[in-house]
Amino acid sequence: VSKKIQAIYLWWHKPVIDQELLQSLPNLKVIANSGAGMDHLDLELVASFGVKMANAPHAVSSSTADTGMALLLASARRLVEGYHIAISSDMEYCEADFLGVEVTGATLGIIGMGSIGYKIALRAKAFAMNILYHNRTQRKEQEEQAVSATYCKKIDNLLQQADFVMVVVSLTPQTHKLIGKRELELMKPTATLINISRGAVVDQEALVTALQTGVIRAAALDVTYPEPLPRDHALLKLKNVIITPHLGSKTDKATYMITEEAVENILAALKGLPMPSEVLPS
Amino acid sequence: MWYHKPLINEELLQSLPNLKIVASSGVGIDHLDLNLLSSYGVKVSNTPFVVSTDTADLGMALMLASSRRLVEGYQIAVSPDTKYFPADWLGTEVSGATLGIVGMGTIGYKVAERAKAFEMKILYHNRNQRNKEEESAVGAIYCKKIDDLLQQSDFVLLSVNLTPQTQKLMGKRELELMKPTATLINISRGLVVDQDALVEALQNKVIKAAALDVTYPEPLPRDHPLLKLKNVIITPHIGSATKKTRRLMMENMIESIQMGLKGLPIPNEVL
Repeated sequence: VSKKIQAIYLWWHKPVIDQELLQSLPNLKVIANSGAGMDHLDLELVASFGVKMANAPHAVSSSTADTGMALLLASARRLVEGYHIAISSDMEYCEADFLGVEVTGATLGIIGMGSIGYKIALRAKAFAMNILYHNRTQRKEQEEQAVSATYCKKIDNLLQQADFVMVVVSLTPQTHKLIGKRELELMKPTATLINISRGAVVDQEALVTALQTGVIRAAALDVTYPEPLPRDHALLKLKNVIITPHLGSKTDKATYMITEEAVENILAALKGLPMPSEVLPS
Repeated sequence: MWYHKPLINEELLQSLPNLKIVASSGVGIDHLDLNLLSSYGVKVSNTPFVVSTDTADLGMALMLASSRRLVEGYQIAVSPDTKYFPADWLGTEVSGATLGIVGMGTIGYKVAERAKAFEMKILYHNRNQRNKEEESAVGAIYCKKIDDLLQQSDFVLLSVNLTPQTQKLMGKRELELMKPTATLINISRGLVVDQDALVEALQNKVIKAAALDVTYPEPLPRDHPLLKLKNVIITPHIGSATKKTRRLMMENMIESIQMGLKGLPIPNEVL
């Protein structure tokens, strides 16, 4: 059987692509990933076996942007806490005390303005949010104007002004622990951190400390390191944290589109044609 | 007047001979007997516009949380029994879906503005059709008959005010017209929905889910079936519950009171 396999469609990082597997599949031509992130693959190793790789960047962008907005809104308005109060058997809260923070008109700082980050900006603009962004490269003027986004060449400027900091970068050696103690301390004490990128982009220990000591107001995380977190992890117990199980692009529509993108790439690779979303080792 | 307290009835009005004005927090005035107050010469004010953006934001928050199963997801993420995240666990997409807004007043319109950015197709039902510029600014299509809206929508959002005409606006008939894959979002008043019919519809999968910021009563009795359904999100009437908006509401109310006591025209007077 292993001689027949020409393509692998990776679903949620399985199977694990290592030297052993690659050696056992001599006719493997292409690996198509279900999603945009490629941090779980050793791109050089795969390429050294002459195997092509593809991701699915377009299918995930709307649903992941939606997740980012869902987390931003849920955190700001304390939706999960509110739900527990509404259904709890001893509902004796004093309404006047239960307040969240405003989203409309607040400042959103987007770290990583790729396709997902840009779709977040499009959505946030409709909430009349003031949008700042930090990216390896500045976007074109028309793109900036379309979402009224201001470029912050230095991440510090973004962190100091934002009410909501949304992390939407891909995980690379450069973005590993991008948000650490220093960055969290630059944020406003009333600010919220939202992570829809990868857990390893945030220094989790530093985040726990920051949340416990009021350095920042709250966090909403669709991604952690590892996933799931150990059951005794401090993040699971903090009242001002919302964690979701990597929902990012988990919708029926996105799943269908991801698979379509993967199949397109696989067929192109097997025919020796240009692949729509080939990923090369940097 | 904060959150419908104190209760304004004949007894209270008779015991306060010098009462000039009742300033009510929020936009809804369904809890006040306007004729009764008028007969005692007492003026009434509310805080109509300042609550609009927060309430629209909450409508969007509920729609996103429900469709992406955020509350369920949170429970999985923090549960002591979770060993891995299930790979076959999916929500439904908001982007590109159809939103039907019932009640296109200030709040409904702001919901439309936000939903447009998610590339949603927007239908609306209202007593009156909005003008062409307003409609095209948000890409909203008027449904003169509520049935048309109900049959086509993936999300039905209620943002009407409560009047005798809108009481039980959403009943068994309306719920059955909705798609079985649709979600009902209520940010108006609990009484706009026939709650018993809603429970049945949810239990029998006539509709997929509901997200309610308002119920009748508030809070619901602790043994109410709505509290137990997995496909229901309830929040404790937090539509306008942000620090900034509450502060603005109070400022509005004080202004109305001060003007009322001076015998001057009252801002936000309800007639």
